[in-house]
Amino acid sequence: MTRKRRRLVLIGGALGVLAVAVALMLNALRDSIVFFNSPSDVAEKHIAAGTRIRIGGLVKPGSVARGDNLKISFDVTDGDRDIAVAYQGVLPDLFREGQGVVAEGALDSAGKFNADTILAKHDETYMPKEVADALKKSGHWKDAYRQRAAMPVEGGDK
Amino acid sequence: MIAELGHYALMLALGLALIQGTMPIAGTRSDDPTLIGVAAPTALAQFAFVAVSFGALTICYVTSDFSVFNVYENSNSAMPLIYRLTSVWGNHEGSMMLWVTILALFGALVAAFGGNLPVKLKANALAVQAWIAAVFELFILTTSNPFLRIADAPLEGRDLNPILQDPGLAFHPPLLYLGYVGFSISFSFAIAALLEGRIDAAWARFVRPWVLAAWMCLTLGIAGGSYWAYYELGWGGYWFWDPVENASLMPWLAGTALLHSAVVMEKRGALKVWTILLAILAFSLSLIGTFLVRSGVLTSVHAFATDPRRGIFILVILMAFIGGALALYAWRAPLLKQGGLFAPISREGALVLNNLFLTSACATVFVGTLYPLALEALTAEKISVGPPFFNATFGPLFVPLLVAMPFGPLLGWKRGDLLGAAQRLLAAAFIAAVAVAATFAVQHGGGPVLAPFGVGLALFVMAGAVIDLAERTMILRIPLGTALRRAVGLPRSAWGTAFAHFGIGMTLLGIVVVTAWGAERIAALRPGESVDITHYRLSFDGVFNRSGPNYREVVAHFTVRRSNGDILGSMEPSRRTFPSRNMATTEAALMRRGVSQIYLSLGDPAADGSVPVRLYFKPLVLLIWLGALIMFVGGGLSLSDRRLRIGAPRPRVAKAEAPALQAAE
Repeated sequence: MTRKRRRLVLIGGALGVLAVAVALMLNALRDSIVFFNSPSDVAEKHIAAGTRIRIGGLVKPGSVARGDNLKISFDVTDGDRDIAVAYQGVLPDLFREGQGVVAEGALDSAGKFNADTILAKHDETYMPKEVADALKKSGHWKDAYRQRAAMPVEGGDK
Repeated sequence: MIAELGHYALMLALGLALIQGTMPIAGTRSDDPTLIGVAAPTALAQFAFVAVSFGALTICYVTSDFSVFNVYENSNSAMPLIYRLTSVWGNHEGSMMLWVTILALFGALVAAFGGNLPVKLKANALAVQAWIAAVFELFILTTSNPFLRIADAPLEGRDLNPILQDPGLAFHPPLLYLGYVGFSISFSFAIAALLEGRIDAAWARFVRPWVLAAWMCLTLGIAGGSYWAYYELGWGGYWFWDPVENASLMPWLAGTALLHSAVVMEKRGALKVWTILLAILAFSLSLIGTFLVRSGVLTSVHAFATDPRRGIFILVILMAFIGGALALYAWRAPLLKQGGLFAPISREGALVLNNLFLTSACATVFVGTLYPLALEALTAEKISVGPPFFNATFGPLFVPLLVAMPFGPLLGWKRGDLLGAAQRLLAAAFIAAVAVAATFAVQHGGGPVLAPFGVGLALFVMAGAVIDLAERTMILRIPLGTALRRAVGLPRSAWGTAFAHFGIGMTLLGIVVVTAWGAERIAALRPGESVDITHYRLSFDGVFNRSGPNYREVVAHFTVRRSNGDILGSMEPSRRTFPSRNMATTEAALMRRGVSQIYLSLGDPAADGSVPVRLYFKPLVLLIWLGALIMFVGGGLSLSDRRLRIGAPRPRVAKAEAPALQAAE
């Protein structure tokens, strides 16, 4: 094999693998990404039932209802709009009324959100960034929440 | 007093780093041995001062000095000593201190043990190391000072985030940082080589032990973090494709590629320019990882309190180092003498293939991790890229890599015999085929279709590693005693390769089996009720309260039986409440059965007295982490190889060798 052909094989191989990688990525980016929406977005965008999305906001106080077999339903709110969420399973440790939550799943034809994943981990001062942004957008970002997140300390010189 | 001492020591370290970063460069330009000689002692002194600073912070934590803001925020006098120690790095400021301390440590190690390095290369590399240190020390001093005081000291601290109150915090961050920061050495050597404009095979020999050590620590750090998340988060998942996990995986992939390409460079003098690029990339990805985790652009357990100034500072560091390094590379790399080419079917060819797949896989992880950030910055559209993306991209790229892996070590340098290698791997292929058929038979046509092939691939990889050793020792073909003597005489790096490759196979086997045949039950149980999973029955006996040093916990007691009624033992998952933070954590209970596990975690008890439980059976799950441990051992064997231990030839020899090698190309 000549030097030139060896080089060709090398470059060809590299480009081949790269092309495969790019093709895989483009394909996956089309099919397997999940968009985040606030309850207001869901109302505005008319998202088709069955499309996988994430929604986020605060768990509306007083809306949590527990059923048999670890079924639970609650409302997620961004202050303007609410969306009803149904979930079955064990909730994360920090799921609480009035706290930020992110749920992944799909809307059904009745407009109810069936979640298969609920994210609310981290600590008590934590607010998912998407949720914070959604609240800011809807104008219901409470200063109290921000203050609690910033943890003011007496005499703290930060 | 101690805190001020630490603060002052850090400032002095910054001053020393600035000297260490400039004098040696000036010295190598002007051939001034005095200036060149500045590098090593300043590197040692800089480490000493950083160590004093880190020690001071540690003392503040151990003595619970809550007049220090950082200690107040992240510690509590009721915590056991181990957590008071580990909470030093269980927060943003402290973890940056750990980062810089390890960075300075590596610089000091090069200064102390780099006696056989070419003088100028060593001086330049230490200077580059000092730039990194200086910038991060400046970062700590200006935006993340852990030594700030509170005017009236509170009596009690706010406690460490309960999720972090775990022995895992003692190992995971230091190991991960040893890995991340360890790649700074190869980066510094790469930049030094570019500054000098010359590079030879000996360069790879200097750098390889450092890359290997960093890779070992990173492997164990990632595996440790994965096991920690597995048992602590209560979801039974070992890998979430979370951006923070990806941030550690990317340097690992690039580092693994670097490890392999450095072999080609050392043995054959080829792939020089590519190896330099990988050295730059591996550390750049470590920096990006640090940025992703520390800047607060991502939401994760690892994102501590965030401050936009920090994000911008780290972003500037990132652009300066990565941009600068790549610009220097673009400018100087064409001046480096290219290595020779080789036949596609050869050990070199196989290693190139390895590099192609590893870097492509790394690129897919990179895109998957950063695409959401880029998209949000450009269109304000928020997306999440989760496991489906990575399964569809990373998986298909890793499969051919794993198929090709056993062939590599069996091919000769320069010109390999693919047919011969394939013949020698027949036994491995046979084992794999039997495994595929057997798993299909056991499944009776049901179950996941790809899983039997996954099992087959894992066994092929493992058997391939064994065959590699068998071929080298010629065991079964020559008398046993002679074969054993050959085994002892085999270079340790050959053992290292076989161990590391075997470990990959083990990890893959664990992943495939637990994904395909793991079982999950979710139930709400009242005392006296029981739940079945595979061939086990767990009965819920009741709950009781227990108190720990800084928490209370509700413990559920379960008795585990086999289906035939034999009692295997008990499991006690619990929920802990930490009053200092008003926060609860779930402590899963694990029961080991061979290398499989029964995993049980609790939800919040309901008003009617029932307790929600998540119950998993995780077959062969421990292989995932044992495989990583075997990889670590393999790395250690390689590192103990006589050729690496004795290390590089003396400078005089290196100079004589370099032209000879270049002439041969």
